[in-house]
Amino acid sequence: MASFLDISQLGKTFPTPKGPLTVVRDFNLQIRKGEFIALIGHSGCGKSTVLSMVAGLADLSEGGIVLSGKEVTGAGPDRGVVFQAPCLLPWLSVLENVLLGVDQAYYTASRTERRQIAEYYLTLVGLADAMDRRPADLSQGMRQRCGIARAFALHPKMLLLDEPFGMLDALTKMELQDVLLDLWQHDQKTALMVTHDVDEALYLADRVVCMTDGPEATVGEILEVKFPRPRSRKQLLEDPEYYRLRAHLITFLEERSHFRPVRPAPHSSPPATPPGSIPQVPRSSFQRLLSAFNPA
Amino acid sequence: MKSFKLDWLLLPLIGFGVVLVVWAISSNTWATNLPSPAKTWESSREYVLSPFAKRGEMDQGILRFTWYSLILVAQGYGLALLVGTPIGFCLGLSKTFTKIFDPIIQILRPVSPLAWLPLGLVLFMNAGKEAGTYGALFTIAICAMWPTVLNTAVGVRAVPQDFLNVGRVLKLSRWKTLTKILIPATLPYMFTGFRLSLGIAWLAIVAAEMLTGRPGAGGFLWQEYNALIYEHIILSIITIGLVGFALDRLMSLLERRFKSI
Repeated sequence: MASFLDISQLGKTFPTPKGPLTVVRDFNLQIRKGEFIALIGHSGCGKSTVLSMVAGLADLSEGGIVLSGKEVTGAGPDRGVVFQAPCLLPWLSVLENVLLGVDQAYYTASRTERRQIAEYYLTLVGLADAMDRRPADLSQGMRQRCGIARAFALHPKMLLLDEPFGMLDALTKMELQDVLLDLWQHDQKTALMVTHDVDEALYLADRVVCMTDGPEATVGEILEVKFPRPRSRKQLLEDPEYYRLRAHLITFLEERSHFRPVRPAPHSSPPATPPGSIPQVPRSSFQRLLSAFNPA
Repeated sequence: MKSFKLDWLLLPLIGFGVVLVVWAISSNTWATNLPSPAKTWESSREYVLSPFAKRGEMDQGILRFTWYSLILVAQGYGLALLVGTPIGFCLGLSKTFTKIFDPIIQILRPVSPLAWLPLGLVLFMNAGKEAGTYGALFTIAICAMWPTVLNTAVGVRAVPQDFLNVGRVLKLSRWKTLTKILIPATLPYMFTGFRLSLGIAWLAIVAAEMLTGRPGAGGFLWQEYNALIYEHIILSIITIGLVGFALDRLMSLLERRFKSI
């Protein structure tokens, strides 16, 4: 199947006083239309660098990025970006912040239509009552809801999320993951999300791409996450497969992310390792009880 | 120090009292030409109590003089903002522009209003009767411009990259980036510049009026010096100080309003 986003031989080199530093090298990834990809790795490994290159906010040093047949050369509203800090403009109201993007993406629509689009997405993320408030009056979680609404309201080809929930507390994080998942399913968007949260990656993504440590970071391995959708946390927590994948990811991050693969990672790897070889992790007693009755 | 009731009023009054005492003693001892506080008040009463009277070109109530000065300052200051703000934006946005013009700005910035005024008069010599006005405006504008220029430039450079990235992701036009992101983000810095500029404009007006002999708070001061009515020098100084203080307060109020957004 033709890929929707094709990242090939991507590399990024920064000049430093001690000579050039290659942060990312030989990064290859293909994403199908409608797929949700989580990019996971240690902080500072270069995952955000990859994302900003896809967003067009950073220049490529090597390689190329093709989004639905067109080479990515700069930033644009065809890719909706959700930043780690929501980056709302403090002098505009919530609605105006979303409208700023909508006005760009739907410049042919009438004023009322554009307003309706913005209001629609703000309602979907649960900000119907806060549209006229300024970002300073909102909680961190509500601000990020607005950030998500702004990205979706652009009607982009693709969503790019840079650790969007990294600054939130655990409960708010879960709420917002569900908001994101709902919208994603509703709009059938292709999404690439940078995260360092293993649980978040497994809950949201179709495939988890693990990056090796920098410098010269690259794709370490790709894990297929085949839980049925729509997903629920409860259903995931009851699935032994979830714990296997989780253990596998953690093992990768703890032990194997330090080694660069000998050759560039294959473009679309099969399910990483046969299930039998994945180490077991200690589970909650409830889980053990459950799997005893229902061996997967 | 412990604070007590009415300390906001009583403590400043002590300050004023000390100055009055020093002034009174000085005028009685070593500076015999300095009018005493009582004499100053006696001679200034007419100007203060009917502040808008007009008895002649150079014999008017003190607030009427102040009003003339304020009008001229407003014009020169407006000119300074109109010219200075765009220059500040250019400096903040373009490194090349900065490299070209920053040295000349740094050299022109410390030049005193007294030095600019003769040049202003020369520049507008062809304007005939209005040469004095134009020269004064030029002096005020060019002296008052620099804080606005420099603060705006600093503000533009300090716009968070995150906001600019939002603009890039949304592919805002240059105009929209300017009006929706750059200007609002720079506004607090701009206002600091505006406030400092107004202070300088008010400083420059006195110099301009003294040298051109225009009616106004500064012109009155110089004329009364020449007329040997030293009491009115002190009256003018106090007026100029009070008005400058009021202008600064006013600007900080405005500044705070804009910063709170």
